[in-house]
Amino acid sequence: MAVEFLLNGERVRVEGELHSTLLEFLRARGLTGSKEGCAEGECGACAVVMVRERLGDYGQNGSGVGSAYCPINSCLVLLPVVAGQEIYTVEALARNGELAGVQQAMVEHGGSQCGYCTPGFVMSLFAEHYRPGRTGPCDPHAMAGNLCRCTGYRPIRDAALSLGPAPGDDFRRRLSRPAPVVSPVSLRSDKMIFHRPGSVGECLKLLADDRNARLVAGATDLAVEANLRGQRSPHLVSVEAINELRTFHETESEVELGAALALSEIEAHWKNAPPVLSEWISLFASPLIRNRATLGGNLATASPIGDAAPLLLALDAQVRIAGAQGARTVPLSEFFHGYRQTALAAGEILVSIHLPKPFPRQVSFFKVAKRLIDDISTVAAAFALDLDAEGRVARTRLAFGGMAAVPLRATEAEDALTGLAWDETSLHRAQEILRRTLQPISDHRGSAAYRLALAQTLLEKFYYEQHAGAMA
Amino acid sequence: MNNLKIVGQPVPHESARGHVTGEALYADDMLGRFPRLLHAWPVLAPHAHARLLRLDVSGALAEPGVYTTLTSADVPGEGDTGVARRDEPLFPTEITFHQQPVAWVLGETQEAARLGAARVQAKYEPLPAIVTIEEAIAADSFHSDPVRIVRGDAEGALRGNPHRLEGELAIGGQEHFYLETQCSLAWLDESGGLMVESSTQHPSETQEVVARVLGLARHQVTVQCLRMGGAFGGKEVQANPYAAVAALGAWKTRRPVRVRLNRLLDMVLTGKRHPFLARFAAGFDHDGRIQALKLALYSDGGWSLDLSGPVLARALFHCDNAYFIPALEATGLICKTHKTSQTAFRGFGGPQGMLVIEDVLDRVARTLGIPPDVVRERNFYREGQSTHYGQPVKDADRISRIWKELKASSDFAARRQRLERYNAEHPHRKRGLAITPAKFGISFTATMFNQAGALVLIYKDGSVQLNHGGAEMGQGLHTKIRQISAEGLGVDESAIRIMPTSTGKVPNTSATAASAGSDLNGAAVLDACAQLKARLAPVAAELLSAHAAEVSFRAGVVSAGGRDVPFARVIEAAYQQRIPLFASGYYRTPEIHYDPKTLQGHPFYYYAYGAAVSEVEIDGFTGEYRVLRADLLQDAGNSLSPLVDRGQVEGGFVQGLGWLTLEELVWNAEGRLLTNGASTYKLPSWAELPEEFRVAFLERAAEPGVVFGSKATGEPPLMLAISVREALRDAIAAFGPGGIITLDSPATPERVFWAVTQARDSRTQPSKSTASELAGKS
Repeated sequence: MAVEFLLNGERVRVEGELHSTLLEFLRARGLTGSKEGCAEGECGACAVVMVRERLGDYGQNGSGVGSAYCPINSCLVLLPVVAGQEIYTVEALARNGELAGVQQAMVEHGGSQCGYCTPGFVMSLFAEHYRPGRTGPCDPHAMAGNLCRCTGYRPIRDAALSLGPAPGDDFRRRLSRPAPVVSPVSLRSDKMIFHRPGSVGECLKLLADDRNARLVAGATDLAVEANLRGQRSPHLVSVEAINELRTFHETESEVELGAALALSEIEAHWKNAPPVLSEWISLFASPLIRNRATLGGNLATASPIGDAAPLLLALDAQVRIAGAQGARTVPLSEFFHGYRQTALAAGEILVSIHLPKPFPRQVSFFKVAKRLIDDISTVAAAFALDLDAEGRVARTRLAFGGMAAVPLRATEAEDALTGLAWDETSLHRAQEILRRTLQPISDHRGSAAYRLALAQTLLEKFYYEQHAGAMA
Repeated sequence: MNNLKIVGQPVPHESARGHVTGEALYADDMLGRFPRLLHAWPVLAPHAHARLLRLDVSGALAEPGVYTTLTSADVPGEGDTGVARRDEPLFPTEITFHQQPVAWVLGETQEAARLGAARVQAKYEPLPAIVTIEEAIAADSFHSDPVRIVRGDAEGALRGNPHRLEGELAIGGQEHFYLETQCSLAWLDESGGLMVESSTQHPSETQEVVARVLGLARHQVTVQCLRMGGAFGGKEVQANPYAAVAALGAWKTRRPVRVRLNRLLDMVLTGKRHPFLARFAAGFDHDGRIQALKLALYSDGGWSLDLSGPVLARALFHCDNAYFIPALEATGLICKTHKTSQTAFRGFGGPQGMLVIEDVLDRVARTLGIPPDVVRERNFYREGQSTHYGQPVKDADRISRIWKELKASSDFAARRQRLERYNAEHPHRKRGLAITPAKFGISFTATMFNQAGALVLIYKDGSVQLNHGGAEMGQGLHTKIRQISAEGLGVDESAIRIMPTSTGKVPNTSATAASAGSDLNGAAVLDACAQLKARLAPVAAELLSAHAAEVSFRAGVVSAGGRDVPFARVIEAAYQQRIPLFASGYYRTPEIHYDPKTLQGHPFYYYAYGAAVSEVEIDGFTGEYRVLRADLLQDAGNSLSPLVDRGQVEGGFVQGLGWLTLEELVWNAEGRLLTNGASTYKLPSWAELPEEFRVAFLERAAEPGVVFGSKATGEPPLMLAISVREALRDAIAAFGPGGIITLDSPATPERVFWAVTQARDSRTQPSKSTASELAGKS
């Protein structure tokens, strides 16, 4: 069974091993413009674009009409994932010896030195250049998932800022048509089986039939294990074609986020999200990762330092789980059972995440890391607060990542605050409880003492931000 | 300068088009040309220090797709790739750093080689490991004897001064993180010799090491490098072992062999910028003038000597930075630890030496309550003064000139006032502003390396193949060489093709390093061009009915007496007249010398100067910070290629900023590198780009005696980033009542957080133990 897809406008059919990543495939095919810089999705030197469904409201075109170029790390894409899809690499951009606009801008601004990261920057910028609905110059942040060791970024920023509207060329015309549908596939090679079922029922059956089957969404974690630690999965079941896992639905009482929605898809769907959610998404990994990583995947891998859990805990999120015995709903606060362990039983899948409304009146998300973007947090915290008419704490949620083996809520401190005036005395009382009850560890990201101090000072920062004027 | 047409123009990188289209090839992009290629994977030792008791590779051979293994039994020559001394066994029996390769497996695919390597059986006897500088000092574990530079009586002067301070500064290392990891391809050529395509800064040394391991004369080995995907010093000597493994594999199997480290392997196997520990005592007067400095520098050399000797020497040469220190005693020691062998990295010890004196001067300023910029300025070298190693500081007045111009252009004084208002209004958020100078000596300190060659070939149609000894790693050397040669021959740039750097074209080349690539190779190229023009001028004179002395070459046109003729026509005529149309050029740097024992002499041809102003803002709740603005003024002489040089200045600054702030190498107590990938080791991203970033070159700065009056720009700008660290210390100080700010490097958010805590708590000067306590916390 072969993987078939459109590559630079040409239909390709690949027989052979399914373990290969898209990057390995491209390079073996002689398309060596895409580079492997880190093999873990951090550097973006392997970036290519995938044609994806256009989401959200883009003016005259309306929702769901047409498509968009979506830049992704090809080192984190297993080859069978692109079955039926449409991919463009850096080699496709120049036509008849004439550089594309983004390429010309990079040349003129001195945007390349050693040139190794350059094709990745070019692809991220290409997607931004042709982004439907974009007005004004290209946003340099579109390249926040690309690392450059030579230039210091200034010339690349200026290259982006020099680019106006995309030309009305074939690349632009392509976007008026829909993206390829992500349809169910079933592929098999000597060492691996890859299934992409089309429904929850089918997915559950595949998992029930093979205890070795492993569920995969964006593979931004799984592919790293494969690339750097040689882990090979004999049977992967992808959730990308299951529509029930890709819903976005907002009602009076809640927002439902499909577990298999990529973070950038959530951002595109949820145009009127509260500011804290936009900030949170912008701090979540990098654009290239957000185009593949899903909210469900981030929760199900149950990393103690995952970016998703703290804010969702502060928002009282519930998760919907489906299994052979039927569906159930679990509060996120009861979802994490231990280091990398969750409430998901064997054969169960995460279907959706539900955020009850109204949202807390005051809510903030903090991520402290060595690097301000595209880094893994030392500590992540989200605080939600509702005050009653007298200014007393009616309800609070203090959620942390990086403070224990699981993301957690500091319930003792929450309880202690309830009913108190939201003043410095209460703040200090809550800080004291945090100091006493949290027991973080030391690692290469930070010491236990720093983490414990941050848990307290972040609450103080939240307090000061509430009391406007103290902080500018 | 005004007569120049091509040199001095802001042309894009010579390969820019190839970079943006993906057509520019790197070593690992050529695999498809070798259908019978074998892939190599190392067998890694799981200890930082151990004796290898037994090695059984038979398991690997049982793995499907494994072709063979490489062990010491396969080495026909000498199995040691050490350059400074023979201390780098290719197949060690004593393991001296964690993950040290003990054997290599060759497979039909990389996957097969990797799986095969996992099946090799090895038995070890673990031995105690020395991981930190402190442990090495305690165990008296050093690579060599101390080196010392002495001027005057520092001890006596320390006693005689009204103020004295002592302290310690721990300086972290830095991973090169060139985007292209180490890579070599080796194959047998048509006549049984060995070809190696290697990502190396020093093809001639790679050739030497390959020949040594294979027991061949060097003429049997050709090493070539078209371009590297970054190097920064990390491929100056450390490309050699991987080229040697590829060559050994090709020699044994008669098949092409590829060695490419993935990022994880590259980070755990290859050396980094040296971590340093500095201990100092400084004596100074009431005005903050340093009168005496006693300094001990301990560098962490890792498991082998590598380039640690010259790196340490450069640190000692640069511990004055831009300041006159009348009495100075600086001692340096290279610690031998069970870690990766630390190596060259942009600045080559200079940054560590300069960081120490900048740290000291800020402590002096805060001890006396004088603004740090005033203290710095008072200590500047003046015309006529010499360094502690006896070299007159040529153009010392440029330090003051740069300082004044930059202070004015960056609006330093007014911003200082605004910043103080801001800080007074914001209890939890403080801004800091600092200006620091940089003086960096240009030349290899190993004097023999200061020579270069070129080979220029003109074909009958007037097109030119240009060979020189320098390697392109992104720094724009090929771009500058093309400009120099086009200018030198009087042809269009399009007539010049820069060839891959090959030991088959220019022999016995030096590493492309020490910022000297265009100074040395450019001068050699110009020499060849001058020879060719001297031969061509009489030919052209005849064609133009003029005198040879009147002939000029410009942009592909040769002119005299108001008439002109195309360059190609002159070439064709010269060929007819049997004039040789190729020439080798040569250059050696004049005037330089020093005594390696006392380190006294004249090691540098000239100094590159610069200064930077940085402004930062710290979040007191977390220790996180942003660089709000950076203003850089660099002395690049008459820039050969302004777009390239601006790229060097900006890129060097941001790389230095990374070293001093977020790039943190963490080894555990067993010597395992914990920050071994892009997800754990963080280099600067978009977020670290200063929000406002202004770069200018010093005007009226021509450097006589250097090619077209230019100056080196590769390394010097990196040290301008010290202004960011000093601005952070300034902002930290603003959280407290004043006094010395101790801050080890890198200034991660955590270290800044603790320093802010310390500054807030201090009602008196902090105790001396602060730095080590803080280091222990992280």
